[in-house]
Amino acid sequence: MAEQNESIQALAEQEYKHGWTSNVDADQLPPGLSEDIVRAISAKKNEPEWLTEWRLRAYRHWLKMTEPDWQKPKHAKIEYDKIIYYSAPKKKPTVSSLDEVDPELLETFEKLGISLDEQKRLSGVAVDAVFDSVSVKTTFREELSKQGIVFCSFSEAVADHPELVKKYLGSVVPYTDNYFATLNSAVFSDGSFCYIPPGVRCPMELSTYFRINSAGTGQFERTLLIADEGAYVSYLEGCTAPQRDENQLHAAVVELVALKGAHIKYSTVQNWYPGDKDGKGGVYNFVTKRGMASENAKVSWTQVETGSAITWKYPSCVLKGDNSVGEFYSVALTRDCQMADTGTKMIHIGKNTRSTIISKGISAGRGDQTYRGLVQIMPRATGARNYSVCDSLLLGSQCGAHTVPYIESGNSSAVIEHEASTSKISDEQIFFLRQRGLSEEDAVSMIVNGFCKDVLSELPMEFAVEAQKLLGVKLEGAVG
Amino acid sequence: MSAPLLEIKDLHVAVDGTEILHGLSLTVNAGEVHAIMGTNGSGKSTLTKVIAGHPDYEVTKGDVLYQGKSILENEPEERACAGIFLAFQYPVEVPGVSNMYFLRSALNAQRKSRGEAELSGAEFIELVKEKAKLVDIDSGLLNRSVNEGFSGGEKKRNEIFQLAMLAPTLAILDETDSGLDIDALKTVADGVNSMRDAARAFLLVTHYQRLLNYIEPDRVHVLLDGRIVKSGGKDLALQLEDKGYAWIEQETATA
Repeated sequence: MAEQNESIQALAEQEYKHGWTSNVDADQLPPGLSEDIVRAISAKKNEPEWLTEWRLRAYRHWLKMTEPDWQKPKHAKIEYDKIIYYSAPKKKPTVSSLDEVDPELLETFEKLGISLDEQKRLSGVAVDAVFDSVSVKTTFREELSKQGIVFCSFSEAVADHPELVKKYLGSVVPYTDNYFATLNSAVFSDGSFCYIPPGVRCPMELSTYFRINSAGTGQFERTLLIADEGAYVSYLEGCTAPQRDENQLHAAVVELVALKGAHIKYSTVQNWYPGDKDGKGGVYNFVTKRGMASENAKVSWTQVETGSAITWKYPSCVLKGDNSVGEFYSVALTRDCQMADTGTKMIHIGKNTRSTIISKGISAGRGDQTYRGLVQIMPRATGARNYSVCDSLLLGSQCGAHTVPYIESGNSSAVIEHEASTSKISDEQIFFLRQRGLSEEDAVSMIVNGFCKDVLSELPMEFAVEAQKLLGVKLEGAVG
Repeated sequence: MSAPLLEIKDLHVAVDGTEILHGLSLTVNAGEVHAIMGTNGSGKSTLTKVIAGHPDYEVTKGDVLYQGKSILENEPEERACAGIFLAFQYPVEVPGVSNMYFLRSALNAQRKSRGEAELSGAEFIELVKEKAKLVDIDSGLLNRSVNEGFSGGEKKRNEIFQLAMLAPTLAILDETDSGLDIDALKTVADGVNSMRDAARAFLLVTHYQRLLNYIEPDRVHVLLDGRIVKSGGKDLALQLEDKGYAWIEQETATA
């Protein structure tokens, strides 16, 4: 604990640790969006005709759509014409050895605390690091490939495994899905791809780090993860972003395909730049994440959302197959002027499908957040069950918490439970912990981590520690 | 002669602008056990909170010296690390935080502030085993969230367990005896008695003489309307048990 406190202290003393930009030359397209830009992106990535066409269909559809405005957080108008939709580091590194990677890039990763070298040797985590938009380095790939596991950048998957990409791209989140997913479908630059063959249990946690680098570059990641019949994979995603004055749009899409009896566990720690204390700057994190579960399959989302000016995402599960299971565990922390509108959708289609939702929201300062969730039981989903818990913790008197649960039951056999609570962190709890010798910051951190325990315990070990630290850092100066 | 462990001088304390203590003075030496008795609303809990540094309690006049130095400017955690412990009348729950994790964090925070090495996991477990025996606390409680779902008696026992683990120099017990059955009361008393030594002092706040049957005090003070109006030996507690507080009120009024 004390060791942990020290690092929290150290982290807290700097404004925003990852607030620097790196000077790697970027190869980028002019700002704005048109069919030519979409074609140019596709051409730069040497994509096959069918994918170019898919992008163009998405782009044409996007032109007919209007930006949604039903969400609680309102934001300044996004000028889509000023966004640079493609940016890649000029020296495109090869993947054979670290020596060939631009040294400045490696330094960048060091600053972020992601030393590929160290990660490779010590942690047993395979890292597919995304710098701006092009995947720089994939580790452990050889080891994984011995078991038939494919873990690579999206572009590489398009080149090496076109049949898989063609079959599953857009199968969970179609290009017509929503404004931001459609935009992503048209202009996505890169991302991660993973395929686990039937019956294979992926022997290590797969991990990706994303960050935004070039000024004014929107980031449009696309992740596609397929667990074939009876396969298992645990996937970690963590984000940090450099400090920016102008708002940056992040509209990623994650598609998970869990075939018969497969189990996918997807964990996220999100710490994009939240803007300054008065709400200037910060990332707009508008993400579409959805998993499809076939018969007896399980899709489990765990997220710790602490960054971004606005977080707007609903990692969802389509429980298509009989006996499939969906889970959503979430911690969202907002402070200063941060806003979050997050939750999940559990769509019960198959018989005896089960879902669990545990959402913990923490608001401090002028932070505001909304849990928005849908539990939908389709008419043929006999025997479906859902259990939801939405708890909110308020720190101070200027923050807000809102819970908007939608429940639609089309089958009378469904059992749906929803519990919700809102509490304020109590002065007596803080005084009690301080009386035992803990500082005020540590006391608050301990109470908040206790509040989030049910979610943090779902994270893989090393991520749980990181998430705890992050919550401590984020709460620094938020109380008192 | 060295300074008293605790010296309270003409202490005036207000909460939300209302004065509750009106000039309280008290001296406690190392090695002594003092009992503070009084009716509801006499200011007993206020006294314990203000010694521990609760931010809602404002000292408007007077001073609190601990080991010869004023502690009024010190944060609650600084006082705790200096060896002041308060066993709460109503122990609070901290959901999701295990008793063990909480105690280890607290103990190591205190050790660190004294420049001592932090206890390793194994050393900590050894200490827990030793102290758990002392206060007869169920090991099941140790791994549960702090006070969450504990019975009233379990919560009080947990306070005494924390007392034993943190081994303070000045231990203040705020009505630890209330709500305890006789067996639990004996356990609590045994725990306190086993910790009595020449360097440590206890301040026991209680309604009833009952606790003092098991923990023999050196001094008994009667708190009335924010002041100590009568002090004496342990016989004073017996007198109070017999006659109630009314005679002291009368005595004070006529004095």
